Amino acid sequence: MAIVTKRVSDEREAEEQNFNWVGTRAVRPDGVDKVTGRAKFGADLHLPNMLVGKMLRSPHAHARILSIDISSAEKLPGVKAIVTREDFSDLASEFVPAGEMMVNYRDITRNVMAREKVLYEGHALAAVAAVNAIVAREALALIQVDYEVLPHVLDVVEAMKPEAVLIQEDLLTDGADPPADKPSNIAKRVEFGHGDIETGFAKADVIVEREFNTRPVHQGYIEPHACVASVSEDGQAELWCSTQGHYVVRGHCARILGMDVAKLRVTASEIGGGFGGKTVVYLEPVALALSRKACQPVKMVMTREEVFKASGPASGANMRVKIGATRDGRITAGEAILHYQAGAFQGSPVPPGAQCAFAPYDLEHVRAVGFDVLVNRPKVAAYRAPGAPISEYAVESVVDEVAKKLNIDPIEFRLKNASREGTKASHGPKFGPIGLVETLEAAQAHDHYQSPLQPGQGRGVASGYWFNIGGQSSVTLNTSEDGTVALVVGTPDIGGSRASLGMMVAEELGVELDKVRPMIGDTSSLGYNFLTGGSRTTFATGKVAVDAARDLVSQLRERAAKIWDVPVGDILWHNGEALQKNGRGGPTETLSFRDLAESMGKTGGPLVGQASENVQGAAPSFGTHVVDVDVDRETGRVEILRYTVVQDAGKAIHPSYVEGQYQGGAVQGIGWALNEEYIYDSEGRLENAGFLDYRMPVCSDVPMIDTVIVEVPNPAHPYGVKGVGETPIVPPLAAISNAVANALGIRFSELPMSPPRVLAAIAAASSSK
Amino acid sequence: MAKVTLTGNLRLYTAGVTELEIKASNIRELLRNLGKQYPDLAAQLTDDLAVAIDGKIYQDDWFAAIGPDSEVHLMPRIGGG
Amino acid sequence: MSKVHVSTIINDDTVEFLCESEQTLLDVLRDDLRLTGSKEGCASGDCGACSVIMDGRLVCACLLLAAEAEGSTIETIEGMANGSDLHPLQQQFLDHAALQCGVCTPGFLIAAKALLDRNPDPTETEVRYWLAGNLCRCTGYDKIVRAVLDTAAETRN
Repeated sequence: MAIVTKRVSDEREAEEQNFNWVGTRAVRPDGVDKVTGRAKFGADLHLPNMLVGKMLRSPHAHARILSIDISSAEKLPGVKAIVTREDFSDLASEFVPAGEMMVNYRDITRNVMAREKVLYEGHALAAVAAVNAIVAREALALIQVDYEVLPHVLDVVEAMKPEAVLIQEDLLTDGADPPADKPSNIAKRVEFGHGDIETGFAKADVIVEREFNTRPVHQGYIEPHACVASVSEDGQAELWCSTQGHYVVRGHCARILGMDVAKLRVTASEIGGGFGGKTVVYLEPVALALSRKACQPVKMVMTREEVFKASGPASGANMRVKIGATRDGRITAGEAILHYQAGAFQGSPVPPGAQCAFAPYDLEHVRAVGFDVLVNRPKVAAYRAPGAPISEYAVESVVDEVAKKLNIDPIEFRLKNASREGTKASHGPKFGPIGLVETLEAAQAHDHYQSPLQPGQGRGVASGYWFNIGGQSSVTLNTSEDGTVALVVGTPDIGGSRASLGMMVAEELGVELDKVRPMIGDTSSLGYNFLTGGSRTTFATGKVAVDAARDLVSQLRERAAKIWDVPVGDILWHNGEALQKNGRGGPTETLSFRDLAESMGKTGGPLVGQASENVQGAAPSFGTHVVDVDVDRETGRVEILRYTVVQDAGKAIHPSYVEGQYQGGAVQGIGWALNEEYIYDSEGRLENAGFLDYRMPVCSDVPMIDTVIVEVPNPAHPYGVKGVGETPIVPPLAAISNAVANALGIRFSELPMSPPRVLAAIAAASSSK
Repeated sequence: MAKVTLTGNLRLYTAGVTELEIKASNIRELLRNLGKQYPDLAAQLTDDLAVAIDGKIYQDDWFAAIGPDSEVHLMPRIGGG
Repeated sequence: MSKVHVSTIINDDTVEFLCESEQTLLDVLRDDLRLTGSKEGCASGDCGACSVIMDGRLVCACLLLAAEAEGSTIETIEGMANGSDLHPLQQQFLDHAALQCGVCTPGFLIAAKALLDRNPDPTETEVRYWLAGNLCRCTGYDKIVRAVLDTAAETRN
């Protein structure tokens, strides 16, 4: 398989000839540590005198906590601290931005440690710190909890009914019109769109309307949540944890525990996957509370079962989508009604789901309505393009069906209706320079799309969209006395960002890549940094890193000007050296970075490049996927035969890691489409809380994933970067469903298309014939 | 005067008005002036907000400039995984 | 209850340790011997992040009791490189960008080494089925499989 990089912009290609590092496939700076086992992840830290913390979790999906008796557990030798709801103050309702959506401190403190009720199986309600894991587990067994078990509700449609059991008794629907006067499980109603859909549908020659259901899926990071907390007698605290954003963790923990923010220093460990799921806190405030009580370090690590039961899955959903089009293939109107599970606390990603649903299409009449619905399941967390894969799955399935009814090629149909620069997006503003059409054209021209299929096989296509974000980043470049540089950033490296950031800085400074050592600073070493998420790190931290490098270069030029006693305007910086303009200077009169670093004490002191910014202008990334499948009619297994991802990267700083995002997102999407789901028993207990039964794709399930990088530059980034991490998970769900429809002649409207569902559908289709 | 469009649920606080013209040279002024004109809306113009100026999306940026003919959209804040 | 005394050879060094009868080999490697390169992803033998080679056989350290390691020879990720020379698989993983977060990488490297030790010329399908016991959530496996196939080709030449 060849990896094809399509360069859309000719000027940039010419410019690129001059790049030393940007666009190359350099070895990542943290690579050796990761192939030798040296890299330290969340659970890899051992501190002297360290205790082990374990959590007691609810066996019930919904129950009132009548009492918690810890007296026997406290007496067990080796137990050093126990915390329950008594050890956490109640917090008022207050929303703060934290990754996916706004989080509410009243809810977050209750999710970390249940107060009045347990709201899902696995909800934390006590924690023990003991000398070792064996004692800690014994102590958990000695804690007595009296529950009043309540009826529970898991299904989103059931939860919306007026007679449904209330998960939060005082919840009034935000955004209801007229305003809600009775509590319900519907936390929020949102609506986006423009035009008048009835007018649009009246113009349609063909209308397709379908209902869809999807299940919650887990992010599935291989590293469970883990942290080590150490609070000293004077209240100063250290926290080591696996997180996408250690500044965000610091803020949440300080608020939950009533601490001064600056007294808590958080260090981000290496992070073993997150995909959005490590943007919130679970163990961290509890470990700090235990450590504060015990005055010893406390380590907490989730088991895989706890990860499934108590950390954020993505929403399951019920949806209805209706699309009308004219005979010549122009969409006249689109409508989506989306019901997303939030879990036990409000805050599903249904607003972005509604905003993204129709983003690939230039529509005159469009409406997307979303409902955020509480159910007795763990609170959902962000998962790669939160909300978008679900709604776009439904829309892209109906788009495919409309195209088929009109007998128009699905890529041709999308091109006829595609969003372009200047299109008024269904969520409101006009798009800037976007690359959807380029991805569609590249997919259409790709050998994969042109190749023939065998009888019984099916090919599917779908496009996808995600906004991407910018946000606050702070970067420091500390110059060493030999002219090498420490690049300190505050956004955890989840997929190779130390490589992309180091490459941009080396490019700016004109030095070898191995003269720049990128590292992740702790929360006391830099100004505030928002988390790694929203595909923002190479874009936003990248822009700030470039600015820090330019700051350093301007200081280097000033030092050279002083040494040569010429105006700084006469000094150029080229290939890591200061030169004088206008032919003066010459080869013998350059000052290298090393020369300037060696003399920095004499010329004005330490050379530190710095930049801090709230970066704006994130550009969205569109992608189009093509997939071929075969379906085993006897087992119901869907086999992925061939898969191609085409996506706009703006500019690929490190093409291998851009491809890696495309490939990884596609395979997560394959899992979502074909196998992954949460399965509950009638008591609301999760039956498949392990990797054997929660079936993520393994190596033998998938083929090579072909990639095409399209580059339509983002003007808001010095190298044109658009975030790439999230969009790749959006198209696979519909692409695969469309392929299965073409292979079997059966249109699925429910995910996952697991063997039992596929077999049932085949049986139903043959009996109806 | 900037042409302002309110998306999502914001129309619930403006008696259904979604398109209006506001005099403002930056986002902070825009939010203040909108809040003055629609007091019920003021409480909604908080952290959970993104502002698109001529298609470019800003979050938490009070002093981003708004031109006299800018098209401005107020929408929910965008997050991400 | 008294602890169990165990003698092993780990990465060519003689290692003796005392363990509780219920401790797994992975618990002892990580918590007592501080060889934290082997990871715990599931503790049920499903993810392969704790893969080690014991007496020439690929095993999940989370499924073995530490006491069962008595008299055995164990290879972990910490022993894969030879001094400052990376193992060819380690170098190919770096060159292919066959890792993103890196938490599954030690397990994949150990599993791939066990494969190439017994089959120096595997097909893509053989690589995929051999590595089916190791979960990676970041890469989609593409670059991992390429790195293993290229290592095999390079070693044969």
